Amino acid sequence: MDEHESPELTEDEKRLFADLMPEDLNEILDTGVNRRHFLKLMTLAGGGILAAQSAVAEQLLTRPSNAPSPTELAPVSLDNAVNVSFKVNGTARKLTVDSRMTLLDALRERLDLTGSKKGCDHGQCGACTVMVNGHRVLSCLTLTASCEGKTVQTIEGLAQNDKLHPMQEAFLKHDGFQCGFCTPGQICSAVAMLDEAKKGQVSYVTENVRQTTGPAKLSNEEIRERMSGNICRCGAYPNIVAAIQEVYNGKPVEQIFRSV
Amino acid sequence: MRPFTYTRATDVTSAIRLLSQNPNARFLAGGTNLLDLMKEDVERPSTLIDISELGLTDIKSIASGTNKDGVTLGGLGKNTDAANHPLIRQHYPLLTQAILAGASGQLRNMATNGGNLLQRTRCPYFYEVAMPCNKREPGTGCGAKDGINRMHAIFGWSDQCVAVYPSDMAVALAALDAVIIVRNAGGQERRIPILDFHRLPDNQPEKDTNLVHGELITAIELPQNRFADKSYYLKVRDRASYAFALVSVAAALETEGNTIKQARIAMGGVAHKPWRALKAETMLVGKEATEANFKQAADAVMAEAKPLAHNAFKVELGNRSIVLALQMAMKGGKI
Repeated sequence: MDEHESPELTEDEKRLFADLMPEDLNEILDTGVNRRHFLKLMTLAGGGILAAQSAVAEQLLTRPSNAPSPTELAPVSLDNAVNVSFKVNGTARKLTVDSRMTLLDALRERLDLTGSKKGCDHGQCGACTVMVNGHRVLSCLTLTASCEGKTVQTIEGLAQNDKLHPMQEAFLKHDGFQCGFCTPGQICSAVAMLDEAKKGQVSYVTENVRQTTGPAKLSNEEIRERMSGNICRCGAYPNIVAAIQEVYNGKPVEQIFRSV
Repeated sequence: MRPFTYTRATDVTSAIRLLSQNPNARFLAGGTNLLDLMKEDVERPSTLIDISELGLTDIKSIASGTNKDGVTLGGLGKNTDAANHPLIRQHYPLLTQAILAGASGQLRNMATNGGNLLQRTRCPYFYEVAMPCNKREPGTGCGAKDGINRMHAIFGWSDQCVAVYPSDMAVALAALDAVIIVRNAGGQERRIPILDFHRLPDNQPEKDTNLVHGELITAIELPQNRFADKSYYLKVRDRASYAFALVSVAAALETEGNTIKQARIAMGGVAHKPWRALKAETMLVGKEATEANFKQAADAVMAEAKPLAHNAFKVELGNRSIVLALQMAMKGGKI
């Protein structure tokens, strides 16, 4: 197509544009721009970069012309709704969710528990770590629907009223965070990890896995390995390790930032 | 994620029946791989049948209390529990090390033993739906064969697919001659030796395993062996932890004095399935456990490697890894 040509968008294409890039719509309609822009967008969508939006595109382009636009749809419309009753930070909760809703999204979007963070959303970063039935898991790879009857604990459930959990205190004392985005997941993971060690669970760096007596002994190397699922700062960030050592040993550990 | 219906199965029989009735249904257990693939639009099930509350989590001696004839692991038991169970740590420390070499604490708390075996390749061309991939969409071609294939296979690949199988646990199971027990909709049980469970790609790379749709992994059986004193799982990866293997080696030896009575060598990160080095194992029997003999066995394994454009380094890496894993096994698998 010639660069200066700008044929008008079809009605379906306008609607799609309105959905994908509402802020650009007026400009595009006013200037008659830019079919190329649109086509480029569609190519990206087809290429999977806008995979989520392409599903929307499919729906829009196949919708009969008298169908309501997205803004006119009822505010709650759930595909495959599932009822879930579970306990979150000690409180019984009941939700009706789309079968696709992850525990992370339910916590953040439905229960206003925004401590758990959405980092990678693919189980790779650990920012969404919470405890389900006492075990640390990734809430981004947990379906809310699968939590029926379970107990969930998030970062919001660790402090008792105004009294912080010892791990929270230790993270503060040792400056175990920079931007803080990964910190709730790090802290939940660390709390659960100490419990795992107390039960005698071993890790890939445990020297002798056949020795089965008593709690695991946590060297810095053990802490790094066991925290490696919380990948922000590689699980090796010295201040985080120091904070965990302090709670693990129950006695003060020197603050690394003061010792250098 | 595309819409799907969600069902909680209440018993094994009805779970299997539900699955076998619908070719587009999938079992959901730990979900660590399946949900990720659904988010990437690689897997598009119409129905998820949640089997995570069906039990099938026991770990027990086959001859109760004696470990005389091995151990079974429930198909729906968590990886963490398998790795940490006293029976496994004591009698199959190789399996404990392999499980703990994989993923992270959070993932192992979620992932099940059966699900671990069924995890799919992490080949980036498989994951990216804009790329051609015969495993994801048969007939579209293989992006990796002439693409960026540093992480890919050096054994057993075909022109259709050069992806590697990602599980660490399965590599140890291959060395330990595990048997996978599955049940079908008719209630029949089938016993599949681990080496026959996963497939090489050939012309059907979309089929990862010889499991039939409608079958459920109920248990993994570990026969008794004499490898517990001398075994080691070595995993070589791009960073110290929480990464897939470039090359891994499950090594196990049974010796009398310094003479090798039996040997097991299985490799991960090198093929479309756990790669068991049967010929090299036979070579070692009756020999002294020396570096020279280990090197000879490793040379024999790697002589059959067919590297791709970007992964020739795996040949030397694999060779050294086999020698080191056997040496570590001789030291009792301690780090």
